[in-house]
Amino acid sequence: MTEKINTYTISIYTENNIGLLNRISAIFLKRHINIESLTTSQSEIENIFRFVIVVTISDSKIKRIIKQIEKQIEVIAAFSHTDKETIFLETALYKVKSKSLFDEKHIQKIIKESQANIVTVSPNYFVIEKTGWREETEKLYDSLEPYGLLQFVRSGRISVSKEAMNISNILGLNTDK
Amino acid sequence: MNKSINISGAEAVIRCLIEEGVDLIYGYPGGAIMPIYDELYKFQDKLNHVLTRHEQGATHAAQGYSRVSGKVGVVTATSGPGATNLVTGIADAQIDSTPMVCITGQVASHLLGSDAFQETDIIGISTPVTKWNCQITKAVDIPKVLAKAFYIAKSGRPGPVLIDITKDAQFEMMDFHYEKCYSVRSYIPTPKYSINDIEKAVKLIDSSKKPLIVWGQGVILGNAENEFKEFIEKTGIPAAWTILGLSGLPTEHPLNVGMVGMHGNYGPNVLTNECDLLIAIGMRFDDRVTGNLETYAKQAKIIHFEIDPAEINKNVDVDIAILGNVKETIPKVTNLIKKNSHKKWLNKFHTFYEIEYEKVIKDDIHPSKDGLTMGEVIREINEASDGNAIIVTDVGQHQMVACRYASFKESKSNVTSGGLGTMGFALPAALGAKMGAPEREVVAIIGDGGYQMTIQELGTIFQTGAAVKIVVLNNEYLGMVRQWQQMFFEKRYASTEMINPDFVAIAKGYYIDAKKIEKRDELKTSITNMMNSNKPYFLEVKVEKEANVFPMIPSGASVSDIRLE
Repeated sequence: MTEKINTYTISIYTENNIGLLNRISAIFLKRHINIESLTTSQSEIENIFRFVIVVTISDSKIKRIIKQIEKQIEVIAAFSHTDKETIFLETALYKVKSKSLFDEKHIQKIIKESQANIVTVSPNYFVIEKTGWREETEKLYDSLEPYGLLQFVRSGRISVSKEAMNISNILGLNTDK
Repeated sequence: MNKSINISGAEAVIRCLIEEGVDLIYGYPGGAIMPIYDELYKFQDKLNHVLTRHEQGATHAAQGYSRVSGKVGVVTATSGPGATNLVTGIADAQIDSTPMVCITGQVASHLLGSDAFQETDIIGISTPVTKWNCQITKAVDIPKVLAKAFYIAKSGRPGPVLIDITKDAQFEMMDFHYEKCYSVRSYIPTPKYSINDIEKAVKLIDSSKKPLIVWGQGVILGNAENEFKEFIEKTGIPAAWTILGLSGLPTEHPLNVGMVGMHGNYGPNVLTNECDLLIAIGMRFDDRVTGNLETYAKQAKIIHFEIDPAEINKNVDVDIAILGNVKETIPKVTNLIKKNSHKKWLNKFHTFYEIEYEKVIKDDIHPSKDGLTMGEVIREINEASDGNAIIVTDVGQHQMVACRYASFKESKSNVTSGGLGTMGFALPAALGAKMGAPEREVVAIIGDGGYQMTIQELGTIFQTGAAVKIVVLNNEYLGMVRQWQQMFFEKRYASTEMINPDFVAIAKGYYIDAKKIEKRDELKTSITNMMNSNKPYFLEVKVEKEANVFPMIPSGASVSDIRLE
């Protein structure tokens, strides 16, 4: 009996504390769950940080994971969303030899059609940036790859949920005391 | 608010502990925590430090102390090996929800990350097994962090906290004043129950014909023994315990129907799969309790009283979850519920007990064969103590037998390593228990295997003079593993036989009165003599070598497939 698995974006609001990343990733390690991407940044609230973690697991597992995350003292709240419930993007950078930009006219067409931006051009290389869904950054990768990629990097997922998360309310309630 | 005083970080640590009402610490000194030990020397009239013989012993002693007194156990150790030696005890306290604050010394902050002498990343190592941990590198942070540590350790579902303090922060001067911590904004220790769920639970309980209660340590940790008793007496519902719930209700209570789980009683295990309502109170559906989850209480509605939201639907999906401290939530239900009794249903438990008595219990506690049994030793201890002793057990066959047969009148009287199953737990835990409840009799029941894992704590028992009664049930095997080898590995006894030393000589080497017995006719007087001693006492009982613990739910089997032989 195998449960249906899904890709979930987990959003975690936390206090800014050394070691919290370790504490949160340990929850996944203990359960042998692979983290597909992880980003942390300042949230919309001062001194509150936000983790965005992408995992592919079953529905029952995600519910338990969220509770284990929320159990950590310095976690304010954690949420999980399916792809349908969020707006999410990734950014990719592609470093290509400048020579190919001039030699291969085709590359210019690829950049134009994929709505990518050229970030910088130097005599030796140029850097292309593309923000979008995974399929879009991957498509651009496939298109550029034959011309020789010097470097390629893709960010973790950043995401905002369609529904409100009401973190200020949660904090307001907890600080009343 | 007190006027602040200018003191060192190390002195601040001591003053914080005194502010938190701590008067006893277990620990072991070393380089990186020497400034704190220097202050302990100055404050020894207010703070008693017990030098254990190994840092693991300090953690188990603190656990034993906490489990019988309800207070926070406090441990100090140095950096590196001192800190890593705490890990087993911390993991044990985490899984068994024991409030504990561990303070470790750390190399000076400018050396962090340089692989300095006795440097180890104890924050990284302890993260998965602590409720919270924190490193302090500045003296000024000490009062706030320690206040938070005590608050977190004891509030909500209790647990262990580790605070790592660099040596320079211990030396640094600071302006000290202390404020206790009463809240942390990102932490909700006791979640709110809903009235709606209480009402739904009342309806279910009132309409059920065959309800069964399984209670765990939540009743004891919540100090809710009276509330729990009122609830079961009003409803007349049979109540069974998990190993950590033991002693939460007196053994002789007419509604106490015994232990659930792998070596629990026949009735409550079988009838778990027959009841129409299962009421779980302060327990977490451990796999040793539930057996195969696919066949666990599938016919029953389930109500779960629980303080930790992460435990709801973790292993078993429940119909109603009542969040919060059971001391608060149980009376809410009791007040609304109809007075009831379930005589016929309760009789069913008695019938199962009679079967179990004939097939298992009789031969365990009143054996007719020559060899001494673990069960009869426990029976004799019950009789000598009249059920008033604190029983501390290690892990293995003796633990199961002791928990099955020990009788209790008072709560907080059973101290054992349940979740983690830490061999070596009992000897230091018994020392802690005796110091946490000095007026009570404390009997440690230990196997010959686990005893040798922390046997060095005899030194601590001798030095403190704590009148712990130590009973080693010696079958010259790692008995539980041997039982599994016999049952599931065709008697291939791989590395389970023990050639043991002269335990009496070892105890006597520590100046502890000691005796060894091998025959039944010596048992009663030996136990009486042991109990009458007002000093530490060691009694070795040679028991049957290849006895097995029954009943047993083979791992992976259903609770109702429990075997009597």
